[in-house]
This record gives sequence, structure tokens and C-alpha cells, in this order.
Amino acid sequence: MTETTPTPPGETGLVEAAPAAAGNPAPNRDEPDDRTARILRDIVSSNAMISVLAVVLALVISGILIAATDPNVQETAGYLFARPSDFFAAAWKSISVAYVSIFQGSIIDFSAYGFAAGIRPFTETLNYAMPLIVAGLGVALSFRAGLFNIGGQGQILAGAAAAGWVGFSFDLPIGIHLPLAILAGIAGGAFWGFIVGFLKARTGAHEVILTIMLNYIALYLLSFMLRTPGLLQIPGSANPQSPATLPSAILPKILGPNYNLNLGFILVIAATIFCSWLLNRSSLGFRFRAVGENPHAARTSGINVKNVYIYAMVLSGALVGIAGATQVLGTLTTGFSSGIDAGIGFDAITVALLGRSRPWGVFGAGILFGALKAGGYAMQAANGVPIDIVLVVQSLIVLFVAAPPLVRTIFRIRQPGTGTPPRARKTSSAKTAVVTK
Amino acid sequence: MSTLAPDTAIPAGDTPGLAVARTRSWKAPIALGIFVVVALLLFVVGHRDGDSTFRLSTSTDFVKLPNAVLPSFGAGIVVTIALALIALIAAFRVSRYQRVPLWLIAVFGVLFFVAFLAWAGAGQSILVPGLLVGSLGLSTPLIFGALGGVVSERVGVVNVAIEGQLLGGAFVSAVVASITGSLWVGLISAMIAGALVSMVLAVFSIRYLVDQVIVGVVLNVFVTGLTSFLYSEVLTNTPDLNQGLRFPKLDIPGLSTIPLIGPLLFQQNVIVYLMYIAVAGVFFGLFKTRWGLRLRAVGEHPQAADTVGIRVNATRFWNVTLAGAIAGLGGAFFTLGDLGEFQKSMTAGAGYIALAAVIFGRWDPIRATLAALLFGFASNLQNVLSSVGSPVPSEFMLMLPYVVTILAVAGLVGQSRGPAASGKAYIKS
Repeated sequence: MTETTPTPPGETGLVEAAPAAAGNPAPNRDEPDDRTARILRDIVSSNAMISVLAVVLALVISGILIAATDPNVQETAGYLFARPSDFFAAAWKSISVAYVSIFQGSIIDFSAYGFAAGIRPFTETLNYAMPLIVAGLGVALSFRAGLFNIGGQGQILAGAAAAGWVGFSFDLPIGIHLPLAILAGIAGGAFWGFIVGFLKARTGAHEVILTIMLNYIALYLLSFMLRTPGLLQIPGSANPQSPATLPSAILPKILGPNYNLNLGFILVIAATIFCSWLLNRSSLGFRFRAVGENPHAARTSGINVKNVYIYAMVLSGALVGIAGATQVLGTLTTGFSSGIDAGIGFDAITVALLGRSRPWGVFGAGILFGALKAGGYAMQAANGVPIDIVLVVQSLIVLFVAAPPLVRTIFRIRQPGTGTPPRARKTSSAKTAVVTK
Repeated sequence: MSTLAPDTAIPAGDTPGLAVARTRSWKAPIALGIFVVVALLLFVVGHRDGDSTFRLSTSTDFVKLPNAVLPSFGAGIVVTIALALIALIAAFRVSRYQRVPLWLIAVFGVLFFVAFLAWAGAGQSILVPGLLVGSLGLSTPLIFGALGGVVSERVGVVNVAIEGQLLGGAFVSAVVASITGSLWVGLISAMIAGALVSMVLAVFSIRYLVDQVIVGVVLNVFVTGLTSFLYSEVLTNTPDLNQGLRFPKLDIPGLSTIPLIGPLLFQQNVIVYLMYIAVAGVFFGLFKTRWGLRLRAVGEHPQAADTVGIRVNATRFWNVTLAGAIAGLGGAFFTLGDLGEFQKSMTAGAGYIALAAVIFGRWDPIRATLAALLFGFASNLQNVLSSVGSPVPSEFMLMLPYVVTILAVAGLVGQSRGPAASGKAYIKS
């Protein structure tokens, strides 16, 4: 997959991109008369294709990085000119072994016996994707309302603390306990988001500052509660850890005991459908988008912008809070520590960006990132390649997806349908969009 | 809550057409009032007996200042009364449609912290120079980062990538200094690393018109992933690349022996001295030179700047690059100036704090520096108080800088408006 595409190095791509980015719709030098050829060209230059190529490009660059830091490759590079075949063989081995284990760790394990065991990695992918999707939806919702919610970490921690507390303190039947614990998680995240929305609406404080600061406050507050007997700490223990979640509050596994995938994934699908309805079909969603595109125009047309900020942050926090709930009720049920957010709050931002803040886009992006995470752990365990490379892959994917002209230039694809501006100009055209609505 | 919103009164002006809209905002008095209540609860209701000793001098001072001894309870009462008076003055001024001056708030803050120290350190002694020196150390990378943010945002490019610039600078400076054996080469390479991160930000946001916030966030993830990967894969296997070289302390002759100020300002390493120069340079450059005027023009109104012949996108590109170089120096402080060795994700969110300082400081280099200093001070307070055995749980002390920032931003700063064209790509039509 990595070696099949001829790619000029990134640097030359940047230089060559100048004329393309200047934005003049290239005259049709060789307009294909043939219909099939045109359709084919449209497929190749479509946005979906750009996304695929962005993933390929990110994997190629990361592959170069993996090979370059491999001691075997470095050794063979020492006598590159004497025996170049050794170098290329070593590089190929280094990259392919890493990527095969990512694939086997995230999609299908060929070495496993039978289909049921072979498909297990994919369910792991969905399991990792679960909190990423729902937290990504929360961040995406705030993006659509023009707010930049970096506070995913704090909202997850608040949601996890609330859900975890309900999950281990009450002894109730599962039909009541589990929904109650999930609702507590939603409420916890929503409250943490509400603080941001309320302060922004009432005092005009910048939401970026507020969310960053509230991340730290949530972290230290949780650390305090986890080491204080009577709050969240296990009775009779000195460790800063909570008691285990009671069985009646644990999300049941939906594919049987052999797979870790739990009911949370259904919840996540429901949340995606809800967000899709909210943003595209509801009046509140319309107000969110109007404020996000141009708050001044929205205010002029009678929308209460301050209330929209509050609603958007509450809903955003509530969705991120679900991620906190699934963490303590599904992923880690043996008691949590202050690291329960596992970096999901920040990953959610990249997920939302890759999904272009559209609910089903976020869903797909979450699954891709879940696959990279599941595969990354498998790769680290099998080949010793540090999982940090996954961060590099993820960030490169988002970067390339956000800059279609760059990808087009690198792969020498022409712009679809002459005259249409590149999608990167979305921001400038969005300003006028709300006026014409 | 309607009192919080600025209410406007238009007096019946005796000069028609020149009526001046006067606004007043009750946020500052309310925020000060909250602090007075906190002071009342802590220093008077929850008072602690005993004297707290403030040790002001160090061994190198040429004049030894005597120790200041404050009775904890008495100081608490006096300060609480003073704080209440200041809050009343602020309320009075607001009711007369006057502004609450910044120096009044500064006095309020200093008094509050002194009383807090006297309360928390009752029966103990607090080494004041140590407290301040540690604060400056924690603030230095934040100040560099905030200056990078100010320059970049003033020219019209939102710089969320400060974290990446700091981390890149930290990594490259440690490795290059270890390879070459020269700290100075390491320092310069940190600037280049920060500038390179900035260039990616500039290219993607200016040439490819990608949303600047997106590029910034993604660059932070990218640099974190890249440096962590290289650290795990390369640096842990070859420790020679991460030797942990550090700049020695450099005492400035004469000045360094002044009590209090000497140990604080003039017994530091080279990077801190560069920080003084950078603050002064950015302030002078932005507001007193042609370069600064053009930079601000591009950030406020690119069309107008373009009309008078300023090349908007070139100006943006090079100044964003410069901003990255400044932030890269801050990254070098983590390694060459402080810890020596590079460690995974060692900036630990400092870039985001620096971003907060930029907004808190309203895009002004001096105010942003002060915000960063406040942050460093509040963070270091925890270190000092945990060593004297403070009654407050350490988590709440660790939380303090963030709570103070929220109160300050919500109560005292409020609506902050950045450079008008910041965050918008300029497309010449």
C-alpha cells in the first residue's frame, strides 16, 4: 500500500503548489469528450478520493519515519552504494511489518483461527472508536456554533467522576442503575460545559481560556477526590483510585463474552443520529449554525446569541460526558484514576476536524482513529515501534485532508468541475452563506 | 444577572450631536467582592495563630535586609479591611461611570497574596527570593511563548501552535547541543525548529487557506507525536544525543548583589536575559517602528495595508516565522535553561497556558508578559507552600493559577477583542 504510489517528497510538493493555490481555474487543456472519462476523472478528484489519498500520504511519510529510525535500516544505509538491495529490503521489511501489525491489530487477524477470532481486532477498533466518536461529536457541535472547545479532558473527567460515583455507590437493579449512571455522566460533562457557556455568555470571557483552565481544575479536583476517603477513594486504601464499578452499572457486552464491544457503541450510534438530526433538522441546530457562521448576522436576525453559546456548550459537554461514562462503565470498570480521560479530550478535537464537524463524518473519523489506536498498540507490542507514531499519522491525515489543493498538487489531480473554488476556501465563502439563507 | 452586562447611559448632552455613550460594568467590583469574601473566610474566620516570617535576603546581597515578621491573624484582619475598602472604591467609581484603574487591582492582588502567605505560612518562615526566583523560572517559557503568540496574532495568524513550537525547540536544542557540544548552537537550532513549525502553520494557513486554528491544533499533535516517537525510538537507545547540557548561571556584576532584585533578576542564565531583551524588543518593535506599524496594519485591516503597498501575505509569512523563532527560544529554556535532558511531552501544556496569557494580556506584549508572570507565580506558590506545610490540600494549590485566571478573565478582563483580521486568510481580489 505504501510503495505503490509514486510520491514526490513533501518539500517539492509545497513549492509546486504555488500556481494551483493561486486559485485560477485552470483552463481545460484536454477536456475529455468521453462521458466515462469525465465521470472517472470526477471520481478521482472527488473529496472522498482526496481523503483516501491524504491517508495514503500520511502513511507514506510515517513509513519513511519508521524506516529511518530503524537500526537495521540505518546499518544497511551505511553501505547503500555497495549493496542498495540490502537497504531497500531492510526498509521495506521495517515498514511492512509495522503496517501489517497495525492492520492485524485493527481489522482482521489472519493468524487467528477462524473468522470469529479473526474479526476480533475490528471489534477492538470499534471499542477504541466509541469514546472518540462521541467526544468528537461534542467538539464538532461546539465548532458548528463557532466555539472552540478544548475542554474535552475536563468534561470527560467530570462525566467519568459522576458516572463512576453513581456506578459504585448505589445498589440498584441494572435496568435503573445503568441508565442512571450514564445520565450522571452526561450531567457531569454538561455541567462542566455549562460553566464555560455561562461565563462566556455573561462576561464575554474567551472560551479557549476557560476550557483550558477548567481542564486543569477538573484534573486536580478529581485527584483530590480520589485521594480523600469518603469522596471517590476506595475505602481502606491509600491509592488514589476509585472502587470498582458495580456489575449492575456495567455496560453489557453486545457480541458475547469473547468480544469487548459493549452497549456503549449503540449509544454512540444513537448520539450520532441525534446530532445529525439536531444540526440539520432542528431549529436549535439552525441557530447553532447561524451563530457559528456569523454571530452578528444571527443577532440581527433575532437569535439570542448568548443563549446559543450556553446551549451549545451544555450539549457539547453532555456528549463529551458520555465518553467519560463509557470509560468508567465499559472500558475500565475496575476503578479509575485521574488518567481516565486517556487523552481522548484532545484526540476528539482532531476527530472533529477530520470529520469536518459533520456528525457522520465524525463517526467515520472516529472509527479510523480507533483503528489506528488499536493497531498502534498491537504494533507496539509486536514490533516495538512506539505508539507515538500513531499521533504523527493522525495529525498528517488531518493536515492533508484540510488542504485539498496540496494533495491535488502532490498527486497531480486537477480540480473537479472547473470554476468551483477549492474547498479550503470554505471559511471565506461561509461568511456570506448565512446572509443569503 | 443583568447587572453584569455593561449598561449604557446617554446623558442629555448640552452639545447636540456630541452625546457620548458612557458605559459601566459591574464585573470588576463583583470579582473583587468575591475575593473579599474569600479573604474574610480564610484570614478571619479560619484564622491561624502564630507569626509568619518572610526572609528577604540571600547570602550574596551587599546589604542584608531584616526578616519581616507578620502576625498571621493581625495581618489577615488588616488586609481584609483594606481589601474591602478597595472593593468599595471600585464599586463607587463604577457607580460614577468611572473605570477601575489597573493599579488598584494590582494593589488588591499583592495585598491578597501577602495575607495569603502570612496565613498559610503561620509559624513558619518563607524565603521570599526563592519564591520569586522560582516563579520567574516557571514564567520564562510562558513569556517566550506568549510573545510568539502576540507577534503572530498581531499580524493576523492565530497561533495555537505555541505548544508545538515550544516542544520542537526543546527537542531540537537538546539534541543539537548534545551533538555539537555547543549550547549556543543548540539555542540557535531551537529558534530554527520553532520557526520551522511556524512556517508549516504559515504555509497552510496563508497559501492553502486552511483554518488557522485547525493547523495549530494539528501541529501540536504532530510535534508531540514526532518528538515522542523520536525520543522513544532514538534518544533512549543513544543517550549521547540527550546529554542534558545546561547553561550555567551568569551573575551580572554589581546588579546581582542588590537585595531581592539581584537574586531575582540578575542571577539567572542567558536564556532569561534573552527573555528581557525579547520583551523589550517586541514591545518597542510593535509600537515604535515601521516594522511594527506594518505588522499591526496587516493584522487589523489587510485590505487597507494592501492598498498602501504592503505585501500582506509576505508580511504574515515572515512574522509568523519570527514568532515561531521566539517561541522556540522558550522551548530551549525547558532543556538548556532548566532540566538539561529532553523528556517526552515535557512542555506539558505550557503552550496552551501561553495562549491563554496572550488573550488574557489582550494581545499586548507587556500585559501578556505580566499575565505569564502571574501564572508562574501562582504555580510556584504551591511548591513553596507545600514545603512549609500549608493547611490547604496541595491539589487546591495546584488549581490556584487556573482559578485565578478564570476569575481574572471573567471578572476583570471580560470581552477581549483581538486584532480584527486575526484568523482570517487574506485573499487578494
